[in-house]
Amino acid sequence: MNSNTPSEEYLIPLKLTWAKEPLQAEQVIYPKPQSEKYDFSPTPLSVFSGNFEIVTKFKAPADARNGPAIMNGKLRYQACNNKECLAPRTVEIAVTLDIQ
Amino acid sequence: MGLLKLSRAAGLWVALGGFLVWTACSNIPEAGFGPRSVKAAVKPDKERKSAPEFALKDSNGQTVHLTDYKGKVVLLDFWATWCGPCKVEIPWFIEFEQQFKNRGFAVIGVSMDEEGWDAVKPYIDDHKINYRVLLGNEQVSDIYGGLDSLPTTLLIDRQGKIASVHIGLSLGKEEFRDDIDHLLGASSANLSNSDPLLTAAK
Repeated sequence: MNSNTPSEEYLIPLKLTWAKEPLQAEQVIYPKPQSEKYDFSPTPLSVFSGNFEIVTKFKAPADARNGPAIMNGKLRYQACNNKECLAPRTVEIAVTLDIQ
Repeated sequence: MGLLKLSRAAGLWVALGGFLVWTACSNIPEAGFGPRSVKAAVKPDKERKSAPEFALKDSNGQTVHLTDYKGKVVLLDFWATWCGPCKVEIPWFIEFEQQFKNRGFAVIGVSMDEEGWDAVKPYIDDHKINYRVLLGNEQVSDIYGGLDSLPTTLLIDRQGKIASVHIGLSLGKEEFRDDIDHLLGASSANLSNSDPLLTAAK
């Protein structure tokens, strides 16, 4: 799929966003993309392939309650191969966490 | 999904370990790249089904119905500005529109861009697209099978029936040209054979 920094302007980037509470997402760290050549593009494209991880650094506000909580986010992605493209999709994410 | 354990460190909460593991492509429900791309020949007349009717707007705001094109051979192309493989075909279609329009042929491009005309109109201008472009919607996607992949290109005969469906870049330029020529020629032959005046003149 396209990386978060696609090499062509017309490509839809990978993007992870988070709700504003109960934690604040300070930084979303994407992995290093790969550069791959596709038949439909004269230049290699910046993509993520196979398994990869996206790490988010969160900060708890002073009034955050200890205990279990859920962080909701959205992941927007779009993928192609040499012959065809899937429609862009947004996946809802819910991560269970324990604030201590 | 991942399980987060957070520990306090000078007021900054840090996600430990692997947070999200995404498998590109292979865990996308619709995935099935490569062998799933359909290369279809033009179907015999008896096997063709009617192309679903739609009403979509073109770049001038005019509502266009597929039935407006009855009597013509139509290349119906579902595409998007973010689709690289789609852009390979568009110059071919520009050429076909020019080459075959006087024989009763038309290309219709249906853009599935969610950004709408803001994204599509500049593309039409920049690439000098000479055929009609319509803005697609969820309804037209549903009636045409969901359009999981782009490009999805159909050849529709003069009777409004689907002669072939191509998902992805499954057909080369010259194969497209041959199929269009075949449909235009076959349609003409059918018309001349069914006309009693023409038949009597032979």
